[in-house]
Amino acid sequence: MLACRALTGSGPAEASTAGRLTGVPTGTFTLPSTADPAAFASHHFNVYTGDADGEHRMKFAKGTTTLAFKFKGGVLVAVDSRSTQGPYIASGSVKKVIEINPYLLGTMAGGAADCAFWERNLGVQCRLHELRNRERISVAAASKLLANTLAQYRGYGLSVGTMITGWDKTGPQLYYVDNDGMRLHAKDTSPFFSVGSGSTFAYGVLDSAYRHDMTDEEAVALGKRAIYHATHRDAYSGGINNIYLVKEDGWVKVFSGDVKDLRDAFDAEEAAAAAEGSSSSSSSGAAAAAASTA
Amino acid sequence: MAGYDRALTIFAPDGRLKQVEYAMEAVKKGSACVAIRGKESIILAVERRSAAKLQEPRTLNKICLLDDHLALAFAGLNADARVLVNRARVECQSHRLTVEDSPSVEYMARFIATIQQRYTQRGGRRPFGISLLLCGHDPDGTPRLFQTDPAGTYSAWKANAVGRQSKTLREFLEARYDEDMDEAGCVSLAVRALLEIVESGAKSIEIAILRAGTEPEMVPEAVIQAVATAAEADADAAGGGPAAAAAGSE
Repeated sequence: MLACRALTGSGPAEASTAGRLTGVPTGTFTLPSTADPAAFASHHFNVYTGDADGEHRMKFAKGTTTLAFKFKGGVLVAVDSRSTQGPYIASGSVKKVIEINPYLLGTMAGGAADCAFWERNLGVQCRLHELRNRERISVAAASKLLANTLAQYRGYGLSVGTMITGWDKTGPQLYYVDNDGMRLHAKDTSPFFSVGSGSTFAYGVLDSAYRHDMTDEEAVALGKRAIYHATHRDAYSGGINNIYLVKEDGWVKVFSGDVKDLRDAFDAEEAAAAAEGSSSSSSSGAAAAAASTA
Repeated sequence: MAGYDRALTIFAPDGRLKQVEYAMEAVKKGSACVAIRGKESIILAVERRSAAKLQEPRTLNKICLLDDHLALAFAGLNADARVLVNRARVECQSHRLTVEDSPSVEYMARFIATIQQRYTQRGGRRPFGISLLLCGHDPDGTPRLFQTDPAGTYSAWKANAVGRQSKTLREFLEARYDEDMDEAGCVSLAVRALLEIVESGAKSIEIAILRAGTEPEMVPEAVIQAVATAAEADADAAGGGPAAAAAGSE
């Protein structure tokens, strides 16, 4: 927090007005205790222009892990729930999947308020589209509306990295939209996205284990595994793993569990697999006994 | 109050909008258009008024393309139509950009009708003196026909006529329209309808055929002439007499 002073005539700049009554405010804004507050603010909170001297800039980095992938059963969305302010964990139970309407989901990465507000606004636009045109809006159009809105506010410091997904006339669809106005479509050649500081870890797991023809259970397991590994290594991700499945008749929430419980579950799985592996090389009678006690 | 912009269109004591009704009178003076929706295609037929001797007839176009899949014909003031068609064309592309899909026929009819309505209520400007027949196929391939009028109302039709003698034409269509008509049947019906009122026969008729998935096709004059001749022969045959014998030997 920066120390601020009110323009009450008591600071060094007001020394020349010592003759006046003290304690009477001469302005209405509280300003940082520096010579040029505007330049100070622009230098330290400049989040978008990308100019070279930004080392001390307070980056509103998207500290989170969210991922979504298309597969034969629809779209799987998996997110963490940690919210950080620098090294301080502000919340461990943020809902990072935003339910825009019963058949459209959006994820949250970046500024929580920005994401929540603009995705809610998108919900309004989608509903108006439904009423005017008597049919549901396509995922392509919904994501385009959001991207156009964010592009209008380009340069105003919004921080939004979201994935818009749903099932429309053309099947399950997934789009990535961010505050630069960027919009990407998840095609069959690149059917998944991950957003946030933990995305690199999630991409590693997804790239190695993703298959299009997974069952719903396998997809959920893959989502859990990717989030687990991201939260394990990324300090800014953690808390609760929420998983949603997007199906033809709408989305459904399929899992919500603490990531440390995920670790226990994976450890138990690995132990069971290891036990089975070692027992298969010994006699079948001993194998049955060993497997049942694993 | 200074700056108060009083609309030119105001209510008459009996609740009517006279300016809108006068605009509809202007429409009734325009050259006739007929549109017929078949099972899969739509036929747009217009009466081509004879051009002045020194005028280039090709530049008088009453059938306008809005987009790859949408066409319209209008009756009324040519200049007003040009302005509306231009705005509609821009909106088609804007819709494609924002929604990543082609606009449905109903969407465009609603858009044009909304503009027409706006000019009956605000701005101190007179209404558009245009009724138009908007035809096309929705993204799922269903053929649609809509009519708009100077009041800004729009509705869907199976077959309709606007412009000169539109009441006569509509009655002609009502008596003979059949939901299961194929493309040739629709073309024949459109030609026969217009032949009732045009001066110089097939030369005064222009026809466009809209099919799903392809651009609208203008029917060549020779084909129209053939259809017209066949239609006249059928009419004679129905009437009986020597013409019937001639038709029978064809």
